[in-house]
Amino acid sequence: MSTHQDHSLDSFGDAAASATRVTPGNALRPEDIALQTDRPTEDVAQYALRLGDDSLVLAQRLGHWISRGPEIEEDIALGNIALDLLGHARSFLTYAGHAWDKTEDDLAYWREEDEFRSAWIFEQPNGDFGVTIARQLVVSVFQRLLYSRLVNSTDATIAAISAKALKEVDYHRDHATQWTLRLGDGTEESHRRMQEALELMWPYVDELFDDDELTERIGAVGVLPSSLRAEFDAEIAAVLDEATLTLPAVPRASGGGRRGEHTEHLGYLLAEMQVLARKHPGATW
Amino acid sequence: MAAAALQPVPASAPMSDEDAAGQAYFDRIIAEDSRIEPTDWMPEAYRKTLMRQISQHAHSEIIGMQPEANWITRAPSLKRKSILMAKVQDEAGHGLYLYSAAETLGTPRDVLNQQLLDGKAKYSSIFNYPARSWADMGAIGWLVDGAAIANQVPLCRASYGPYGRAMVRICKEESFHQRQGFEILLELSHGTPEQKQMAQDAVNRFYAPALMMFGPPDDDSPNSKQSMAWNIKRFSNDELRQRFVGMIAEQVKVLGLTLPDPELRFDEETGKWIHMELDWQEFKDVIAGRGPCNAQRLARRREAHENGAWVREAARAYAEKQNNKRKAGAA
Amino acid sequence: MSNQPNIWPLWEVFVRSSRGLSHVHAGSLHAPDAEMALRNARDLYTRRNEGVSIWVVPSDAITASDPDAKGSFFESPQGKDYRHATYYTKSEGVKHL
Repeated sequence: MSTHQDHSLDSFGDAAASATRVTPGNALRPEDIALQTDRPTEDVAQYALRLGDDSLVLAQRLGHWISRGPEIEEDIALGNIALDLLGHARSFLTYAGHAWDKTEDDLAYWREEDEFRSAWIFEQPNGDFGVTIARQLVVSVFQRLLYSRLVNSTDATIAAISAKALKEVDYHRDHATQWTLRLGDGTEESHRRMQEALELMWPYVDELFDDDELTERIGAVGVLPSSLRAEFDAEIAAVLDEATLTLPAVPRASGGGRRGEHTEHLGYLLAEMQVLARKHPGATW
Repeated sequence: MAAAALQPVPASAPMSDEDAAGQAYFDRIIAEDSRIEPTDWMPEAYRKTLMRQISQHAHSEIIGMQPEANWITRAPSLKRKSILMAKVQDEAGHGLYLYSAAETLGTPRDVLNQQLLDGKAKYSSIFNYPARSWADMGAIGWLVDGAAIANQVPLCRASYGPYGRAMVRICKEESFHQRQGFEILLELSHGTPEQKQMAQDAVNRFYAPALMMFGPPDDDSPNSKQSMAWNIKRFSNDELRQRFVGMIAEQVKVLGLTLPDPELRFDEETGKWIHMELDWQEFKDVIAGRGPCNAQRLARRREAHENGAWVREAARAYAEKQNNKRKAGAA
Repeated sequence: MSNQPNIWPLWEVFVRSSRGLSHVHAGSLHAPDAEMALRNARDLYTRRNEGVSIWVVPSDAITASDPDAKGSFFESPQGKDYRHATYYTKSEGVKHL
């Protein structure tokens, strides 16, 4: 990681601030997290980093849709979802960064590809609208289940960020579900495209539910991903069934995002995201 | 009445009694500075002028998303990325508010959109300039949105109700756009020498096109008089340009940057700002399609529209199936 | 309503800005059906906490009063001052009236 020490958050270091600002259900902002003084342990920080990276990478993907959606109303909808995710990412990264005296931007812009801890599905390309919706369906159902557990995290900050995120990803799930129904049970063409999109996305589903040493070690701070699987499968099956779509039977991709091993797509995504910031080391924006 | 005087009825087409009554009613509403609403009788030329102006305005918002969307994925901090995303999204919203107002005049949005895609409709020429650097996000916010606000605030009182109401909503939201742009430039001008240079370069490129956003000088703006008589426009192009240049001449000092206009000064005698001669030939060229990005902007719009066709069709087909199911269930 | 397969119908949007107030017309939008119209309305008209409740109505389901009948429709109440409390001047000054 770079030693770049730019604290560009306006309110960083406000002496009047205290951890009591963070309460579950409040409209929690990344700026509020930045004001907190308590440091997460290395494990908690690593866990927050995963959550942050998942959302950051997906927000970056969705941001590309704005001005390219199938209808202007949908530009706005996808923009809202991207903004929500970016908000979650900023909160989690800010919190993780406390462990290493890094800001959200240090972590977003100055880490290398193999330092990112996002799962593979988040970095998969947008494809057509169907592919984006297939990715959204998987991710939003997963994230809703995840945050519905994390609101009870023994770590107060993770619980608070999750409480805010839960309401938002619940809407993302609704959005993805509505579109899955319409594309699946719309026209012949849309049905075909949506089924293909699911096949394309499904190899990356399993990785989301892999437990590993970190998720086992942190216990009640987090949640064992495998414990969410049954509910995920049931929810997805119900949506696909109503949408007249079939659950893909494709082999899983190996995965490895949580260890910093990524698909070929992440490098390009980061190159684009980081290019300007890296051209001006030490600059504030 | 002034408005009626500017609307000569051709001798060959005598007004029906109904139209004469409508015209009298319309003239009275305008004279009282009240508002015309969608179902009111209105002169055909009034309807056409509004339709043209509102749809151009809507198209400008939609095309105007592109130069800024160009930087969403490269924004240099996550905070700036959020702000920019929200701003571009607002522009989509503003486009929709305006299409919504335009539709009340009787032309559906898909027809307006098709005019845009076919290159038949105009939009603000400023969006045919490329956003080359991050500092352009600042210059666009400060100068382009600033000019837009100067234009739009008086439009909140436009005589056509739906247009005025859309503008009220838009103006409320736009003030954040201008400020965030100003703050981008402020940050850059206090940053590294490269950043400051980037900011100055952006201001240099957007200054003249922003001044041209107010339209041609008054003596070369044939439609302005009629629009003012109809209470659509409240100030002339030159009046608005004056007001704007006066504001930015002060604001640029706070930025620690300069405006690329050696002739810019306040003339105490006339109480007016003098600015450099603007290149109206360039303005006309860009409007006529010969700007740097016209082709690119329209191509992107067409691409989004065509790529989205199967999605829009699917959603309609689904809605119909659901309707049929509901009917079958009720029967 | 358009019959072209990829054009969505128009909906009118009404937003209740806070509890205790009526829904007020905010504008219109396009959506394939009522469910999507509600969601699009949420994204378009309440991005800044403008609402706590939304109605959407197909635009062609709205019946408006005839603007040409303004006189007969809306002028009748004029002159009926006795419908307003201010008409009754003799009771002025009497408490709790």
